[in-house]
Amino acid sequence: MTTTTLTPATRPAPTASTAADTPTRVRDHLRHIGALTRRNIMRIKADPESMFDAVLMPIIFTLLFVYVFGGAVSGSQQAYKQWLIPGLLGTTGMNLAMAVGTGLNTDLQTGVMDRFRTLPIGRSSVLVGKMLAEACRGLVSYTVLVCFALLLGMDFKTGPLGVLAAVGLSLLFGMALVWVSMLLGLVLKSAQAVQGLGMLVLMPLQFGSSIFAPTATMPGWLQAFTKYNPLSNLADACRNLINGGPLTHSVTLVLLWSLAITAVTAPLAVSRFRKRT
Amino acid sequence: MTTQTAIAPQRAGQPHPVDRVNAVEARGIVKQFGTTKALDGVDLTVRQGTVLGVLGPNGAGKTTLIRILSTLVRPDAGTAVVGGYDVLRQPKQLRRTIGLTGQYASVDELLSGTENLYLIGRLLDLSAKQAKARAAELLERFSLTEAAGRPAKTYSGGMRRRLDLAASMIGHPKVLYLDEPTTGLDPRTRNEVWAEVQRMVVEGATVLLTTQYMEEAEQLASDLTVIDRGRVIANGTVTGLKAQVGGRTLRITPDRPAELPEMVRALTECGITGGHADPDGRLAVPITDEELLTAVIGVLGTRGFTVAAIDTEVPSLDEVFLALTGRQAATAEESAR
Repeated sequence: MTTTTLTPATRPAPTASTAADTPTRVRDHLRHIGALTRRNIMRIKADPESMFDAVLMPIIFTLLFVYVFGGAVSGSQQAYKQWLIPGLLGTTGMNLAMAVGTGLNTDLQTGVMDRFRTLPIGRSSVLVGKMLAEACRGLVSYTVLVCFALLLGMDFKTGPLGVLAAVGLSLLFGMALVWVSMLLGLVLKSAQAVQGLGMLVLMPLQFGSSIFAPTATMPGWLQAFTKYNPLSNLADACRNLINGGPLTHSVTLVLLWSLAITAVTAPLAVSRFRKRT
Repeated sequence: MTTQTAIAPQRAGQPHPVDRVNAVEARGIVKQFGTTKALDGVDLTVRQGTVLGVLGPNGAGKTTLIRILSTLVRPDAGTAVVGGYDVLRQPKQLRRTIGLTGQYASVDELLSGTENLYLIGRLLDLSAKQAKARAAELLERFSLTEAAGRPAKTYSGGMRRRLDLAASMIGHPKVLYLDEPTTGLDPRTRNEVWAEVQRMVVEGATVLLTTQYMEEAEQLASDLTVIDRGRVIANGTVTGLKAQVGGRTLRITPDRPAELPEMVRALTECGITGGHADPDGRLAVPITDEELLTAVIGVLGTRGFTVAAIDTEVPSLDEVFLALTGRQAATAEESAR
């Protein structure tokens, strides 16, 4: 046998075959993404409590704001519904996005991620699979919100197409924030920290916007803030998509914000993911 | 359908002939984390179809080594080829040839046994049907069929470890890495895992096993590489290394402790050297060959000593270390002069 190769000192460097790695074929890549998305959906099924926020948040927020603040803000609850609900719909994607980072952080702390990383799959498929599963969760959330709004007598003036367009815009913005959320999930140490920091950033952004109340009565400095707050643009765009109104300005801004956030955070998240071991 | 067709066809050329003999070859692996050198020029060879035990205490660099050889960590220097593929230049092809079972079971706790294995099958490019069949086959083999539908979080430690082993075997890997496969398991479960590893070896797998336990290395490995503080301090066959370290020790508890010095004297008079009193008040005799066992008992018996208990002990990892590092330190001093 080859005991000679075990003698020290004169051992040659090992030789590998010369065949270079080929990139994963598109079909394989799609199947990997599909399998990983399925895994994340199965996880939701196994732990139905993780759907609580997606199902209950739209209901609780709508009830709370419409009946507690509605009369005071808009004079009537009916008028406030028309103001608030499109804004809530707009931020649904964003709120769900924050859960992606938490989930990613949890995965990184178990051996599961090591298992994936020793498989011959593209690393990005793990991230994309998480994102798609989150989008499915989002669809449930949108449906609950729209059905509940109909139940409360909300008038979707532009019909189903307007709602779909608003959902699309909300998802798009949410997908941009998924990268931010993943970046937090990769940089921060614990899942709780991801959740905590996410809340800390989102709370002032959400309330310092036109989502819950018209900005006209706010002090000048706050008005300036809300004007440049992308969440105001998002709420305005969804409101106009659902109630009818000028679209160009708000929709363009939301698209630009989504693009800019993705362009900055996606490469950072992917490179961080590659590096993190 | 045969199980062999279950692996996706190799898309690359044939491995270099040399590597049919050595399944894993690493040379001069260096890895530094901050200011600590986890690995400081490690050489390692695993011959095809054999089990190499990498033995070392906590923090010796064993896990880092496994992570480098499975493409999870990039080495700072050195080369490593596994199954004919380079860890740095051909990670994807290399990943097709390996299976890894880590110190912490890397299964998804929320998914069932079947779902866990099915997922990995799909990620290894099996068809849905093939993945299902392979999952069922492995669950059966690892006696998990009954628990197949339950979420993995309800499994016992041993079941989880078995599921993890099954997961690393889905793609029929040529090389299996087992990183401290029985750490934290109770003795019964540990035996189960050992039996399974032995079966894999009989079936022709090449295994690289890290462990802190001398006993585990003895049970499973044919060759050993001992590492300490990121360096290889010994290398060879299990028997060779044991001979180097001193092999087993016979320990006799005398009925009357006061007789201990007389017992040592009696042995020396009969030509049996090395007998001494150990700190626990027992007579310790290093066993250099099997006949010595009966010789010692014979001498004590004919001289009329009575004995309360007799034990033979395999050297513990600590003792192996003491012997190895002690010797190394001595040689280093000599060469320095």
